[in-house]
Amino acid sequence: MSPDVVPYLIVSGLLFVIGLAGVLLRRSPLTVLLSLEIMLNSANLALVAFSRHVGGHDGQVFALVVMGVAAAEVVVGLGLIVAMARRDLVLDTDQLRSLHG
Amino acid sequence: MTTVVFYLAAVVALATALAVVVQANPFVSALALIGNLVALAAMYLLLEADFVAAAQIIVYAGAVMVMFLFVIAYIGPRSQVGTRRGRPWQLWAAVVAVGAILAEIALADGGAGFGEAADVTAAEGEPGFGSPQAVGEAFLTEYVLSFEVVSLLLLVAAVAGVVLGGGQRPQRTRRSDDAEATNAVSSRRGASAAMVEAEIAATRAGGAPRPGVGVDR
Repeated sequence: MSPDVVPYLIVSGLLFVIGLAGVLLRRSPLTVLLSLEIMLNSANLALVAFSRHVGGHDGQVFALVVMGVAAAEVVVGLGLIVAMARRDLVLDTDQLRSLHG
Repeated sequence: MTTVVFYLAAVVALATALAVVVQANPFVSALALIGNLVALAAMYLLLEADFVAAAQIIVYAGAVMVMFLFVIAYIGPRSQVGTRRGRPWQLWAAVVAVGAILAEIALADGGAGFGEAADVTAAEGEPGFGSPQAVGEAFLTEYVLSFEVVSLLLLVAAVAGVVLGGGQRPQRTRRSDDAEATNAVSSRRGASAAMVEAEIAATRAGGAPRPGVGVDR
């Protein structure tokens, strides 16, 4: 007996809000990226739960695609953070206001 | 039994997610996120998404988080930054935005009429639901385009990672670097400025050969 899908959606919504709070409130770019991962994973949980609800594999395929996109996003984000660290910039999203090539 | 596992996984997932957001040290945050990912993988197993759960553990909790931990270790103590925002209204705006989305999700979840989910168990007897075969078949027939696009995206991201993070040290004179660093320090005003200065001095001292490399070029 699997529990009904609503508890999963509630957990997913709470995780999304926690991640959103982290993205908006934290200043360290690393923690912002980690919170973004929580948001992506909460969306994945909702997708998998709906996939179970409907009984098809579409949601699971979508979740795997989201995982691939998240991996790409982490690579670019961490690359930017390493580039900032190598230029001795302060790692603080309040201080980082301009992009310069 | 599954109910117990679900509530355990839910509590662990929410607690570790809160820890990620609250922790000052990004290293601890990353470790908490690994716990969060494992708890979510347990939920995927409960939802009979076996392959997604395996991919979650191997790709996310394995590869991606190891990369995170490497970068955090590379950056070191400079990565610790608190939560305080520059302007107080930004903090309140963020709290209001989070509360609004929470309310919206609560309304959507509560009012969507998923309460009578009698047909949830209908698909349960189906053998092989969520197995690698089934998901792979869906991927390589109906969703083959998105499969290829994701592989291309990962290739582009790998190249971008090498360009951004690797390669040569940025071609800048030390003077402009110094000016930038002091700008950052002076714009930070207040008691924390001295700490930042000390941090920058420490990283300079730590990377002693680096100025030489910059000058040689």
